Amino acid sequence: MRTDITKITEKTPHDKLTEGLMIFEGATSKLFMTGEWRTNTPVFYEDKCKQCLLCAPVCPDSSIPVKDGKRLAFDMDHCKGCGICANVCPFGAIEMKEGNE
Amino acid sequence: MAIKERMSGNEAVSYAIRQINPDVMPAFPITPSTEIPQLVSTYIANGEMDTEFIPVESEHSSMSAAIGAESAGARSLTATSSAGLALMWEELLLAASNRLPLVLALVNRTLSGPININCDHSDGMGARDTGWIQIYAENNQEAYDNFIQAYPIAEDDRVHLPVMICQDGFITSHAVENIMLLEDAPVKEFVGEYEPEEYLLNPGKPIAVGPYAVSNYVMEAKKNQEIALENSKEVILEVAKKFYKISGREYGLFEEYRTEDADYIMLIMGSAAGTAKQAVDDLRERGKKVGVLKLRVFRPFPAKEIAMALRNCKAVAIMDRCESYNGNGGPLGSEVNAGLFRNKTMIETVNYIYGLAGRDFTVGDACSIFAELEDMIVNGKEIEQYQYVRLRK
Repeated sequence: MRTDITKITEKTPHDKLTEGLMIFEGATSKLFMTGEWRTNTPVFYEDKCKQCLLCAPVCPDSSIPVKDGKRLAFDMDHCKGCGICANVCPFGAIEMKEGNE
Repeated sequence: MAIKERMSGNEAVSYAIRQINPDVMPAFPITPSTEIPQLVSTYIANGEMDTEFIPVESEHSSMSAAIGAESAGARSLTATSSAGLALMWEELLLAASNRLPLVLALVNRTLSGPININCDHSDGMGARDTGWIQIYAENNQEAYDNFIQAYPIAEDDRVHLPVMICQDGFITSHAVENIMLLEDAPVKEFVGEYEPEEYLLNPGKPIAVGPYAVSNYVMEAKKNQEIALENSKEVILEVAKKFYKISGREYGLFEEYRTEDADYIMLIMGSAAGTAKQAVDDLRERGKKVGVLKLRVFRPFPAKEIAMALRNCKAVAIMDRCESYNGNGGPLGSEVNAGLFRNKTMIETVNYIYGLAGRDFTVGDACSIFAELEDMIVNGKEIEQYQYVRLRK
């Protein structure tokens, strides 16, 4: 009874939903595009970034991927635009701009 | 071989819990249910069972812990009364909506105020719309038998809902009566092991319990829960049939006592049904055609079945051991009347409120009620359609 939540939509009839709306699958939050909620968007200036990595751990939505000790571009599918990263950056490498893009 | 014993209702339920040996029991003491966690703790301390007992700081916590344990995959239960059940209110709804088959031993006691520790059904009736299955007992034997049937009902794939096994505070919970107990082995075999298909502590198969649902999904979830409650009716009857095979004791959604040719029927729930049956026996000796319909399963409410059972009588006394402050009667009064109307069974009914906070309800009271029904039908006497029994005026 594993759940394929990509097959569940707002048109799914009641008898095709799971019991108690439980989700019988892991890591399904990846499929939920919280980036759509964003009204402010972080802009990353790579030239100003010292790779101190203060931004990545404070992100509430794990939207700053880190690879080999370096942060990469924002995961805009999941970034809600809260601005914590811009606030914590000591080098002005992240700036919040109005809008979703 | 059945075991003949003498036990109180609390002892009987605790004995059933020992036999079932569930995985987790969080509980907080409250009169008159306190003995249940106390006796279970004693069984555990004596090595007679190995349930994980969690002493918690409130009933809000005991139901929360039971929900957590049940979601994790452990067969769980708790016990409470009155204000304890009221403090669980939010969690009761969560247990049902998350479709967790846990069991609660409810020892019915009035709700404040005025504050009082004695029996009525205000606590259970207050939880009537929480989505739990509710089964009421007349005596210690039924409390024991109902408890043994609780998990097989709750855990059935067609149901997956929590079950409340109710008995009357003090009257049943503390009075010692004869009882026929089953041996451990048949009880264990009857209840079986709990093997949920999906649960939280299942390595490699993660699940999410109780996720937020947007408006587009909530009505569908609630309808599914309602269907499960409807399904439970047939499951309750199937489990009762299986239980008959190991115990010789029959159970249904309700018991019909000498109602076959009855003109006047008293519909009642819990320990006072015994009093009503005695009144029926006494009146039958005097040639009165009277009977009792003792409701066992209040949730799901067997409206259609009740209407069928009452359709040939002239008048029904609907007995509520609870005031519901709707200005129109008690909860049973409202639901039975609605059920009769829906099923086009147009018979006279009178809704009596009795026995609040342990007020006596005697054979004489029941006889007076039958006499009043007869007076209404035979002599056309107008009587109050919603009235208190034994109220000082």
